[in-house]
Amino acid sequence: MSPSPTAVPAIELIGIDKKFGAVHANKTINLTVAKGSIHGIVGENGAGKSTLMSILYGFYHADAGSIRINGRDTVIHDSQAAISAGIGMVHQHFMLVENFSVLENVILGVEGGALLGRGVAEARSALKRLEADYGLDVDPDAIIEELPVGLQQRVEILKALYRGAEILILDEPTGVLTPAEADHLFKILGVLRDQGKTIVLITHKLREIMAITDSVSVMRRGEMVATRHTTETTVEELAELMVGRRVLLRVDKGPAAPSEVVLSVRNLTVKDGRGVTMVDNVSFDVRAGEVVGIAGVAGNGQSELLEAITGIRKPASGEILIHGQPVTGFDAAHLRSLGLGHIPEDRHHMGLVLNFEESENSVLGYHRDDRYGKGPMLDLDACRDDAKAKIEKYDIRPPNCRLKTANFSGGNQQKIVVAREIERDPALLVVGQPTRGVDIGAIEFIHRRLIAMRDAGKAVLLVSVELDEIRSLSDRILVMFAGHVVGEKTPDTGEQTLGLMMAGIAA
Amino acid sequence: MSTASVPLPNWITYGLMPFLNLLVAFLISGAVVWFIGESPLDAVTLLLQGALGNGEGIGFTLYYATNFIFTGLSVAVAYHAGLFNIGSEGQAYVGGLGAALASLALDHYVPWYVTMPFAVVGAAIFGAAWALIPAWLQAKRGSHIVITTIMFNFIGAALMVYLLVHVLIVPGKMAPETRVFLEGGQLPKLDWLIALFGGKIGAAPFNVSFLIALVMCVAVWALIWRTKFGYEIRTLGASPTAAVYAGIPYVKTVVITMLISGGLAGMMALNPVLGASARLQVEFVGGAGFVGIAVSLMGRSHPVGIVLAAILFGVLYQGGDALSFDMPKITRDMIVVIQGLVILFAGALEYLFRPAIVRVWQRFGKA
Amino acid sequence: MESLDLISILGSTIRLSIPLIFTALAGLFTERAGVFDIGLEGKMLFSAFAAAVAAFMTGSPWLGLLSGITVSVLISLIHGFASITNRGNQIVSGVAINFLASGLTAVLGQAWFSQGGRTPPLAATARFTEIVFPYAAELRDTGLIGRFYANVISGHNILTYLAFIAVPASWWVLYRTRFGLRLRAVGENPGAVDTAGISVTWLRYRATICAGILCGCSGTYLAIGQSAGFVKDMSAGKGYIALAALIFAKWRPVPVMLACLLFGFLDAFANFMQGKSVPGIGEVPVQIFQALPYVLTCVLLAGFIGVARPPKAGGVPYVKER
Repeated sequence: MSPSPTAVPAIELIGIDKKFGAVHANKTINLTVAKGSIHGIVGENGAGKSTLMSILYGFYHADAGSIRINGRDTVIHDSQAAISAGIGMVHQHFMLVENFSVLENVILGVEGGALLGRGVAEARSALKRLEADYGLDVDPDAIIEELPVGLQQRVEILKALYRGAEILILDEPTGVLTPAEADHLFKILGVLRDQGKTIVLITHKLREIMAITDSVSVMRRGEMVATRHTTETTVEELAELMVGRRVLLRVDKGPAAPSEVVLSVRNLTVKDGRGVTMVDNVSFDVRAGEVVGIAGVAGNGQSELLEAITGIRKPASGEILIHGQPVTGFDAAHLRSLGLGHIPEDRHHMGLVLNFEESENSVLGYHRDDRYGKGPMLDLDACRDDAKAKIEKYDIRPPNCRLKTANFSGGNQQKIVVAREIERDPALLVVGQPTRGVDIGAIEFIHRRLIAMRDAGKAVLLVSVELDEIRSLSDRILVMFAGHVVGEKTPDTGEQTLGLMMAGIAA
Repeated sequence: MSTASVPLPNWITYGLMPFLNLLVAFLISGAVVWFIGESPLDAVTLLLQGALGNGEGIGFTLYYATNFIFTGLSVAVAYHAGLFNIGSEGQAYVGGLGAALASLALDHYVPWYVTMPFAVVGAAIFGAAWALIPAWLQAKRGSHIVITTIMFNFIGAALMVYLLVHVLIVPGKMAPETRVFLEGGQLPKLDWLIALFGGKIGAAPFNVSFLIALVMCVAVWALIWRTKFGYEIRTLGASPTAAVYAGIPYVKTVVITMLISGGLAGMMALNPVLGASARLQVEFVGGAGFVGIAVSLMGRSHPVGIVLAAILFGVLYQGGDALSFDMPKITRDMIVVIQGLVILFAGALEYLFRPAIVRVWQRFGKA
Repeated sequence: MESLDLISILGSTIRLSIPLIFTALAGLFTERAGVFDIGLEGKMLFSAFAAAVAAFMTGSPWLGLLSGITVSVLISLIHGFASITNRGNQIVSGVAINFLASGLTAVLGQAWFSQGGRTPPLAATARFTEIVFPYAAELRDTGLIGRFYANVISGHNILTYLAFIAVPASWWVLYRTRFGLRLRAVGENPGAVDTAGISVTWLRYRATICAGILCGCSGTYLAIGQSAGFVKDMSAGKGYIALAALIFAKWRPVPVMLACLLFGFLDAFANFMQGKSVPGIGEVPVQIFQALPYVLTCVLLAGFIGVARPPKAGGVPYVKER
């Protein structure tokens, strides 16, 4: 269903297929984008959007399928070919040389001759023209690393335009921008479209899609599930398409019996590695015997919030208390000794050492404990016995504690983490994306365990981008948007209401 | 799809691939021998005879191997934490000072077995001290430890030459070395061990340091795989982010690991200084620190592998000596060539045959 | 104490700095392209040997230079193959090259010439000899400027002047040509180069070839400029001092030259001070001057004199596929 079927489309992707090892990133994707339009592609993290666009830009090679640009079959075997076909890309992680000037970055690859002199002069005047045409003003002699992120992104756009791009792909362009910067970007994109450029906007932020696109395609788990005219769809429909109607995993649970406050977060502000404020003055409590869920679209500060609470990232300001005791800035080992359990969002990089044996991972973070050896010694038998007990109790397969962790499936890897953190009987359990990349059976199992923790009088803080998960597990739901907690709701609140709050539209 | 992510069974990764790499290194070495007009087969025979043919040869082989066990362990411990210590050379050199000071202070008064623990500790402390600043710079300032340890190799060399020329030299003598230690400051030879197998040690300086090296192998094995700190070292080396998650302190772990690494390198000095020449001399390390890199790589950072690789290099050293005696066209430097080739093929080019092996494996192996 | 003969110290500073300048510039090309190169020492030694052998066989210093450069480039390509194509450990590759150089030059030297690893002494016509500038002899005794002209400006071989041309030339290549722009970019963010449609691999190979050429010059200088033949291990750690100078200069061409001159000066000064005593202090140990380049570099790395920011992508093989 092409938005304007009469004209020749700018882009046609036909049957694009791509696998990375066992991961099927793109499953026979078809996509048509009309010339002179802004086309959004939405989908959750890992839905395959970036891979698809990287194929269009020649950065990856599709295993199957073909590409037509302006109606002509085009083989894009590398970025150079994409550039010649008039395609420009603004990557999520900017492809800029940070200690170069704006000008040097713009001409990289299109220097206009073996010597720089002439090319630089030409680029300088060309930048002036682009600046005038599209309102893209940047000091050409500024050094990239000294520019704010919004301007760096503008340089990426300039790079593409300088190369004569007629089609511009932007991958999660607003992830690193302030709202004001994002608004400015949208204005620029509007101007570009009005001048006849075709724009593909990859995002998971539905508000942006509604604000500026002409049409939108939805991807889910490597598949293209729908394409709509933006005017003919709603945030609700898109959200539903993105997440998909899943088997609703209802968890049997009785009413919560919250008692004393275990975790208190007061005016917490957290910045990421680049110094961008990701959590802005957030306060909340979690009580013993309740699950507090934090809902939100990925990238709205939940990850940084979790990292600050669990001692992985030092907060910029504010206070964290456990059982009333200030613990701000404590390291993870110290926090564990105070009764904090942490199931991290990213089991591959944080929760597990994939090169280790299963039994070694089953003690990670608790390895200093006396039960795993007296004094400085590590008692491998104790670790293995402990691991075997957890394997049994959590039905981890294959039941072999000597197997390298990388050889377990995603669901079983997650069970290793869950078993480790829950079996320590923490007073406070902080959980991030507990079921990401986990099969249905394991999801159910993990959910039941979390509820059992609550029923045993533990405080549970749950962060998930799966709204279903949040709704079925939580006793209270906090919604995060752009670093703020924008509201608190009960779990029976409708999906639509929560979705709108997550999109920052209503409170 | 690239072949880098295809898993292969252990016998290929740890057996076949290192074997092929070594084979190529030795084939090229053979080609060099052939090129300079000698027979590679004769050379191999002479080399093996010289290194393993009699008690004295074996004694020398194990003497050299002792050096490489220490430096190999030193490199391996750091490598487990993801740190590339190429400063074992300098740490061993400075470690010699600690060992020598213990002998100089005690050899008049006590028998060797009283001096030995002091010398061991002295060597370890001085070696560790020489790793401290690079460790600190890495942990706190993020300065690349490869660069700083190279720098410290040279600073250490200058320091030691200064001390030997100006401070420790015997007044009136020309040679920049300490006085000869009395028996109380030497480590006795292991002639009985060779005799046990019916050999005669002859002039070989094979000494008690070898036993200390074996003890250190066990100690390193226990440290890495049987202690909580070793667990933390391995976690940091395998996944720095998981280390943060587990609350493993980065600065402390890096610094202590490097101190241990430097201490092991320092202990290498016991062998030549107390065990062989009974005095501290200029440049006594003679590249053993760098050989340790090769030994650690080939031994996959495991003490058993390190002992095997160290003996292989010991054979090359001693056999090379014998070879240069019988084939004057081939100098001792041939050993250095073989070392270079082994490091190149077993280290830098370790994946050379992987793509080919993966293709063969995918076609024939899986069925 | 004898009077401080500054002019002659400066003269020998120049002579001692030349191999450092060539080698550090070589490192500049590879490291700015994101390839660590601790094999500089080995390349220098290989090319010294190749140059000496070729000059001895042919009697031509120019063929010596050509041979030195050719061999050095070949070794660079081995390093490139290991670290770029094979994505092996760049440090290990460098260590291997240093071992190979030390061993192979000695083995071949002994096998071919049987002089303990040396090559036979070269005739003056087979070497790069000193070029005496006009009126240098006449001006030698006419005061400070005259002596400076005669001993510091004049009286070096052609490679010396080439080294000083190589500095602005390297600057020009790095900062004024397309190749230089791309080379600097690939050491910082290979992804930016790749997405611009430029081959990261080929670019890095070219950088290592540049390094090979420059190391070839430095080795040649050692063997048939400064000396009259190859001597076993004659590079004597100069490759590492050059590496220190490169870091000390924060990977920039003109500061590289200044750092090399400084380190060369320390060396010359140490030679001058040998056996002399300073009033009130006594004899200053020569080892202090030998250690100083490394100490200064470590102090710099510690962040006490500005920040030395290495090329961001240095030492990391580029992997595109995830």
